[in-house]
This record gives sequence, structure tokens and C-alpha cells, in this order.
Amino acid sequence: MSYDYNRAMTESPTEKPASAKRVRGVGRLLIAVYGVLALAATGRSFVQIVRAFDEAPLAYALSALAAVVYIVATVALMRRSIRWYRIAWITISFEMLGVLVVGTLSLVDPALFEHATVWSIYGSGYLFIPLVLPLLGMWWLARHRVAPVSEGRA
Amino acid sequence: MIEWFTWLQLGIAVPGGVLCVILGLLGRKPTDLTMGAAALVELLLIVQLAAAIAAPLAGNDATGSLLEFYTYLVSAIALPVVAGFWALVERSRWSTVILGVSCLSVAVMLYRMNQIWNVQGS
Repeated sequence: MSYDYNRAMTESPTEKPASAKRVRGVGRLLIAVYGVLALAATGRSFVQIVRAFDEAPLAYALSALAAVVYIVATVALMRRSIRWYRIAWITISFEMLGVLVVGTLSLVDPALFEHATVWSIYGSGYLFIPLVLPLLGMWWLARHRVAPVSEGRA
Repeated sequence: MIEWFTWLQLGIAVPGGVLCVILGLLGRKPTDLTMGAAALVELLLIVQLAAAIAAPLAGNDATGSLLEFYTYLVSAIALPVVAGFWALVERSRWSTVILGVSCLSVAVMLYRMNQIWNVQGS
């Protein structure tokens, strides 16, 4: 699947210059998928914590933390300011680290993560989206730097 | 939750979602067809909600966790609505893709809901 990046950036003639601060093109899809993942992680951690937080406080706290980070990342991707750009990098890097560390640990020492988290086995319960999404997110951020002066370049 | 109805939903949500993703990648803005597909998925979810509330009265109880089931169902109901509003506000090709992504996400969630209701613990 090739996302014809240039076309995506130049299309939408109906778009007004006033919305230059808004994210355009395929970035919208990235935000939408992040939103869905944030919803999925929040839903799961909500169920885990309501049902039996005592069973696995570590795994469930991690789930909740992951959910919050996904929500923050979704918001950060939507905003085009230098501060939110940094927050996006931090949260997405954190996700990458989380899925790699927890994914590896869940394979090496399954007893440690008996209770599933969004990152177990590299996010296999979520079609490996948690593994792929941070990579796409970092690619997107690298391609769309926010300059400190002319902030809001789409 | 009625099993055959769930399969009917999947039979609409998956092709509908794929159609929206393809049309979106081809550069189509949201149309009555793609909006309609998401609307149909949403409508069937509402029917499923009514069925899920009524089913235990007819002796059709969930085998798994009702809490988990309803978390999925409520999230699923929210998705096409959000995607639909997005499509109305931003009439671009990506809104069509997002409609498709919402339908496919609903399909995954329906699959999980079916497992929770009919498979788990039985």
C-alpha cells in the first residue's frame, strides 16, 4: 500500500489556508488509527481494573498507563505546535519502548505477564498495530518537523 | 447477542469497510455510499444493543464477562458516529478511509463480542 504522499499533501483544494495549522493528508488517518487504539487500550484497562485490579496490579497499571499515553499521543499528533511536537515524540517513543520491552519480556518470561496487556507479545492481541503504529508515527513526525519560528507548517 | 445476527453484521461491516478504504485510497471523498455503509453498520449495532439487553430475558445468557461485552459494544457504537462526523466536517479522501477503518474496527470488536457471549466459558 503506497500512500502517495505528495498527492496527499497537495490535494484538497477546498482546504483554506487558515487551516494550515491542522494536520493534513495521510496524517489524519494516523490520528484516526491512534484514536481507535487509544479507545481499545482504555476499554481494556477499564475492564481489567473494574473486574480484578488485585489480580495483577502491575500488568493492569501498565495497561492503564499505556491507555493514557495513547490518548496523549493522539492529541499531540493533532496539534501542530513545537510543544505538542515534542510531546508527540516523547509519547510515541515511550510506546515503541513499551511494546519492545513488554513484548520481549512476555515471550522470555511469560509468568511475568500472565495477564494480557496491550503490549504483550508485541501487541499480537491487537493485530500488531501497537508495534507498527509507533514506527509510522515516528516516520510521520520526522517528515513533518515543526520549526520553532514558523510554527504550524503542515 | 444473537449469533446469526452477528455474522450478518460482520458480513456488512467487513466488505463495507474494505470498500470505504479502497474508495478512499482511490481519492474519493465521502459519498452517500460510503457514509451509508458506516450508517448501516451503526444501525445494526443499535439493534444488537437492543438484542443484547433483551436476550437474557429469553434465556440467552452471555457465557463470558458482561462488563467486557458492553465495553466493546459501547465503544463500537461510538466509532462510526465519530468517523461519520469527521467525514461531514472534512470532506477529503482520508475521511473515506477513516470511515472504512471505523467499520473494520467494529468488525474486530464484533468478533471479540461474539467470543465473549457465545464461546468463552462454554
